[in-house]
Amino acid sequence: MAEQTEVKTTVSITIDGRTVEAQPGELLIAAAERAGTYIPRFCYHPRMEPVGMCRMCIVEVDTGRGPALQPSCMIPVADGMTVSTESEVTKKAQDGVLEFLLINHPLDCPVCDKGGECPLQDQTLAFGPGESRFVEEKRHYAKPIPLSDLVYMDRERCILCDRCTRFSTEVAGDPLITFVNRGNATEVNTFPDDPFASYFSGNTVQICPVGALLARPYRFKARPWDLDQVESTCTACAVGCRMAVQSSSDAVVRHLGIDVDPVNWGWLCDKGRFDFEALSDEGRLTTPFVRREDELVEASWSEALTRVAEGLADARDRHGAASLAVLGGARLANEDAYVWSKLARSVLGTDNVDAQLGDGLPAEAVLGLPRATIDAACAAGTVVLLGPDIKEELPVLYLRLRDAVVHKGLRLIELSPTETGLTRLTAASLRHRPGEVAQLMDALLAGGRGTRGDGVEVAEAAALLGDGPVVCVLGRASLAESPDSVVAAAGALLEARPGTTFLSALRRGNVHGALDMGLAPGVLPGRVSLDDGRAWFADAWGSVPEARGLDATGTLSAAAAGRISGLVLLGADPLADFPDRDLARRGVGGAGFVVAIDAFLTPSAQQADVVLPAAVFGERGGTTTNLEGRISRLNQKVTAPGSARVDWMIAVELASRMGADLGLESLEEIWDEIERIAPSHAGLTSDRLRTSEALDGLLPAATADVETEGAPPTMSQVDEPGTSAAAAQGTDHLPGNVQTEESSLGTGTGSGPGAEGSEGAASMAAAFGAEADVADYGEGTTPAEGGGEAEAIALTADAVAQGASVGEPSGGGTEGASEGAASPRTIRFARSAAPSGPPKIDSYSLRLVSGRKLYDAGTLVQHSPSLAGLAAAAPLRVNPADLHRLGLTSGARIRLSSSRTTLVMVAEADLGVPRGTVALTFNQVGQLAADLIDATMAVTDVRLETLAETSRVGSRSSRRESSGG
Amino acid sequence: MAVTDAPKIITTRFDLDDGRTLAGYERTGGYESLRAALASSPADVLAEVKAANLQGRGGAGFPAGTKWGFLPADVHPRYLVVNGDESEPGTYKDRLLMERDPHQLIEGVLLASYAVEAKQAFIYVRGEMAVAQERLATALNEAYAAGLVGRDIAGSGWSMDVVLHWGAGAYIVGEETALIESLEGRRGMPRLKPPFFPAVKGLYLQPTIVNNVETLANIPWIVRNGGAAFAGLGTEESAGMRLFALSGHVRNPGVYEVEMGRTTFRDLIEAPVLGGGIRDGGTLKAFIPGGASAPWFYEEHLDLPLSKATVDKAGSMLGSGAVVVMDHTTDAVKACARIVRFFAHESCGKCTPCREGTTWLHQILQRILAGDGRWSDLELLLDVSDNISPGIAWPPRQTTICPLGPSAVSPIASALRRFRPEFEAYIEGGRHAGARPVGVDVLAGVAAG
Ligand SMILES: Cc1cc2nc3c(=O)[nH]c(=O)nc-3n(C[C@H](O)[C@H](O)[C@H](O)COP(=O)(O)O)c2cc1C
Ligand code: SF4
Ligand code: SF4
Ligand code: SF4
Ligand code: FES
Repeated sequence: MAEQTEVKTTVSITIDGRTVEAQPGELLIAAAERAGTYIPRFCYHPRMEPVGMCRMCIVEVDTGRGPALQPSCMIPVADGMTVSTESEVTKKAQDGVLEFLLINHPLDCPVCDKGGECPLQDQTLAFGPGESRFVEEKRHYAKPIPLSDLVYMDRERCILCDRCTRFSTEVAGDPLITFVNRGNATEVNTFPDDPFASYFSGNTVQICPVGALLARPYRFKARPWDLDQVESTCTACAVGCRMAVQSSSDAVVRHLGIDVDPVNWGWLCDKGRFDFEALSDEGRLTTPFVRREDELVEASWSEALTRVAEGLADARDRHGAASLAVLGGARLANEDAYVWSKLARSVLGTDNVDAQLGDGLPAEAVLGLPRATIDAACAAGTVVLLGPDIKEELPVLYLRLRDAVVHKGLRLIELSPTETGLTRLTAASLRHRPGEVAQLMDALLAGGRGTRGDGVEVAEAAALLGDGPVVCVLGRASLAESPDSVVAAAGALLEARPGTTFLSALRRGNVHGALDMGLAPGVLPGRVSLDDGRAWFADAWGSVPEARGLDATGTLSAAAAGRISGLVLLGADPLADFPDRDLARRGVGGAGFVVAIDAFLTPSAQQADVVLPAAVFGERGGTTTNLEGRISRLNQKVTAPGSARVDWMIAVELASRMGADLGLESLEEIWDEIERIAPSHAGLTSDRLRTSEALDGLLPAATADVETEGAPPTMSQVDEPGTSAAAAQGTDHLPGNVQTEESSLGTGTGSGPGAEGSEGAASMAAAFGAEADVADYGEGTTPAEGGGEAEAIALTADAVAQGASVGEPSGGGTEGASEGAASPRTIRFARSAAPSGPPKIDSYSLRLVSGRKLYDAGTLVQHSPSLAGLAAAAPLRVNPADLHRLGLTSGARIRLSSSRTTLVMVAEADLGVPRGTVALTFNQVGQLAADLIDATMAVTDVRLETLAETSRVGSRSSRRESSGG
Repeated sequence: MAVTDAPKIITTRFDLDDGRTLAGYERTGGYESLRAALASSPADVLAEVKAANLQGRGGAGFPAGTKWGFLPADVHPRYLVVNGDESEPGTYKDRLLMERDPHQLIEGVLLASYAVEAKQAFIYVRGEMAVAQERLATALNEAYAAGLVGRDIAGSGWSMDVVLHWGAGAYIVGEETALIESLEGRRGMPRLKPPFFPAVKGLYLQPTIVNNVETLANIPWIVRNGGAAFAGLGTEESAGMRLFALSGHVRNPGVYEVEMGRTTFRDLIEAPVLGGGIRDGGTLKAFIPGGASAPWFYEEHLDLPLSKATVDKAGSMLGSGAVVVMDHTTDAVKACARIVRFFAHESCGKCTPCREGTTWLHQILQRILAGDGRWSDLELLLDVSDNISPGIAWPPRQTTICPLGPSAVSPIASALRRFRPEFEAYIEGGRHAGARPVGVDVLAGVAAG
């Protein structure tokens, strides 16, 4: 034969007589699916190792030695392979497998959660035999049994596909469910006395191909054909997992993970999956409240807004704009955050804005450090962990990092004050005393020289670190110390390893979007500093404050000193959520006029002068930004309760009552303005947000550049838009319309499936905001407000027809703006002098660490009944040697004192806590770490004393919970 | 009825009182092969084994030398795993080898490890075999103490370790990949081949040779006498001596070492020094030539030689060397149900057709035996069988992961083909008899096998 000059990168296979090109190494089942031939399957899942167990996917494969039945989920394609998915032998074998799966199946579809969306049911209807030949007694088990507080198991329905067990073992790293017994008696179960307490247990329910695994929060709640859904983005933490929000009778009843390559791969954590319960919680605020004679009483929106406008205007007029402050905003969508940022700067005239509540990092660090994506971190050779327990605070990021460690050889180097959920997976894990991470980083960068005691360990870690750039996951490991040390450590790392990029590990839902939108002192929308952006924004907005404002701690301190006369709490609850409760109490108490905009009557809201009910996730649209800076869409699914409103509308209305017109009447208009004037977001047009490319989320150019450097080509998040989602549909069987563009934009606007008939009307109303809302607008302001929003959403629904007309002016606008003043440059991190080490500790004291757990006393968890119980009181964790030194035994009740207060609690031995340090989970039920912390100090020192009588109450259950992940 | 006068190879110490001790073993030539081999190269040992044409004795009959040659060059560590899980009904030869001549196996393991350059070997012994476990452990301790296992073996500078592992009572871990899973500490469930061919991705995903106990017990003799001497026994196609475990309705059940290819089933069953004929002067109804998974043989097969090729060609297999004899008193339906019950009970549950199908088959047979059979059951039995083993052919095709599922089909196919009237009689006499369907030959298409 003549020489082959062309190098072929694909292999040719023949499927049912058609020649198809496939990727070398690709599994036959996947190659066939891409080529349009769907081979039935149950055990195969594209995000897990194939096991070839169910045998549903067997097809006749001929690789030159005659046709043989082979499981297509296990066979990599090979050049010249001939496949018959429709031959008689194939069909007979597949039908046989299906019959085998059905003979012992209870077929109780009418009472099964899965009925209507069940692959087994679908398969049976499509291919199965009409009538059963099985006349024997079926297998019986007690139905269903709890595997955990969240997941139930109906063993009669289980087809033993190994998906759940593989997920828990391979993906989550929580091997808590397994096959028990053998042969026909095989069942999936937990180990005795060891519940399936995994943060990721809900994923097993989603990937179970039958109704064997049931989620308690969803059981018997709805039938799939009653469900209406939109694609959205979880905002329970900053990972930003894509998910389907499904509702029945205008109530969210289920979240399902959607498979997007760059972020969550179809997984969700249980908090994100089940927190929808909070939406329909009875405690939701449904109407405004105003304070009358020391009591909060119901009020109309008109009255409440007038009170707010007058209260803030009055404060501004009497004490100056710098006496106003806005705290919070991380719960908001980007559009809301932008409008509030604009309102604060241009109408209230204050730069005292902060979306972070003393638990984050300086905005200059988050926005100014070169950024990494999740993919880039996973593809990096080495990742340095400088921050919180990722498993507890950013669970699906934990899954991604875990996968990279287990399957791609990622090396983790952790610098932390205590052990974390990732410690077991690290190549090196170094402990530092609270407040001294910068010192440890210096030692690490110096190759371990000059360290006390643990020099060998540090030197070993330094060898692993190498000389090249790394990716650093950066956040706050402890709320009991200031962020200065970790920022200094990051700066040192960047200086020593140029090219290093940073993945933010801040946890609050849309905190990154809020920072991008300028909800931080000294920062304006588009990652621009106040100084750099003053002219540009003054141009766009009319005015911006002269001086840099105060952050949350500064604001609360000023308020405590009587210098804040108007305080807006934007979904913020400092009394429960600020690291220093004493300061929060004095601050909120000392502020002259307090407005709380929230979904619940939080402790802080109870002290407000006006409380405005807000619509939350699932009840409003817009976009959100995850920890990578990735922007993805939020979509509304249900109507907010009562007259609760969307935050941006409240801002617009407030501005108008204060005599200003923000000029923004729809989400679309707001986004167009963001795209036009926020420098980092230039080019991210509404049009692009409507493309299927945006289903994976869009990265602002700055982040995207960095990503392409770090990530391997296969990881590129945009080369095959939508394919990952399509694959998920096949395997996860998300009901049909989730991934399509129309539905992602359309449901809830009247074009979705719910639009027909009377249900459609309700769904329309949902799209336009509550009916009451619209009516209320009628009272005092132009009815056009409601109508304007409706129109805007209609625009998004009709992407093709109207997209261009929306997109064009926005593009023109950009040019127009850049004619006037040059677009300001985005923030670059500038390294400041490292803080001198924390104060010396006296020999009686221990230094406190306070990080978070996934299930906490926070609003979402506590208002989600299925999750609330999982947040248990946590003990003080102490190194056994320290306990011994103090003459205490594990489980003893102790007295714990800081400069702030003295508390009584249980102390437990924990080897994960080094000597000299004690750990107390922040924001845990019945436990008050915030009472101990002084936010103005660099670290928190505590003393521990025996209580006369000792008791062990509570220690057992809390231990169980603390190992719950 | 000539039983050949070929020398015994691996049962020579069975009757010695001290054959299982190190002293007794060495007195009778033990460990000489090892010392000789250590003076030559691994390649020499491998060459002898290849020349011996030693077929694996675990069931599949794959030549050991060829298998050893599959190990990819230069991939280390690599392991030798000894399959001592012997659980096939009627098979009890490996147990005797471990109980009566444990050093012979250990020497075989050492030689094989030397030949394939493995530094660690694992002997996996069936959980229930307490005596074999104890004797192997004792022997291994003796061998370690004598410097024959461990570091610097017999002063040669070559080192290797042998690890003993006891099973936990599952037939399926006799299947080599399930055995490997079990060795790694997981549930004994077979892996898929491809990609998990042990020689490439075996124990701890490293190249691994799995051999049966009897296979390895032959190695010391082969090394001592040369591969050609072994190949000179038996026939060109089936070389050497082989153990057959004879059971069932014969006068002298037992394990017999006979020359392959030159001995017939009739010799084995009827020779006075071997089986001694059917018990109580009865007549032969059927016999299973190679373990419960093998299709049944009958009178007309008695004069077939004990040769792999011949038996394969006749539609069954020598398998594990277990010959089970059934006389005229045997109820074919009950015998069939009993065997199917075994496989249903031992199914690991990993794949659907075996997990569900074998139990279903057993349920149908039970129902027929209980007088609840229907005429449609005969067709159903065959169609369910066909869904486990498409075509019900021999060698079997399978929709399953491993051959256990199709093993349950063998007795059904055999019994229904040969003894269909017995099934019909149960149905006829049962509660669902009704009218016998006419004109339907449920066996059409499979009767020829
Ligand atoms: C269901 C099943 C059970 C088996 N049981 C055994 C057994 O008990 N002992 C054995 O040596 N081989 C058994 N085998 C064969 C092994 O998988 C493997 O082929 C054999 O151990 C290789 O050794 P050999 O090449 O020396 O024969 C079994 C195979 C199957 C499919
Ligand atoms: S419970 Fe569901 S996912 Fe788990 S093995 Fe059974 S069928 Fe598969
Ligand atoms: S990891 Fe975060 S974004 Fe993802 S599901 Fe959980 S809470 Fe939601
Ligand atoms: S055929 Fe049977 S024993 Fe073999 S893997 Fe499948 S279920 Fe397990
Ligand atoms: S065996 Fe391939 S999908 Fe289950």
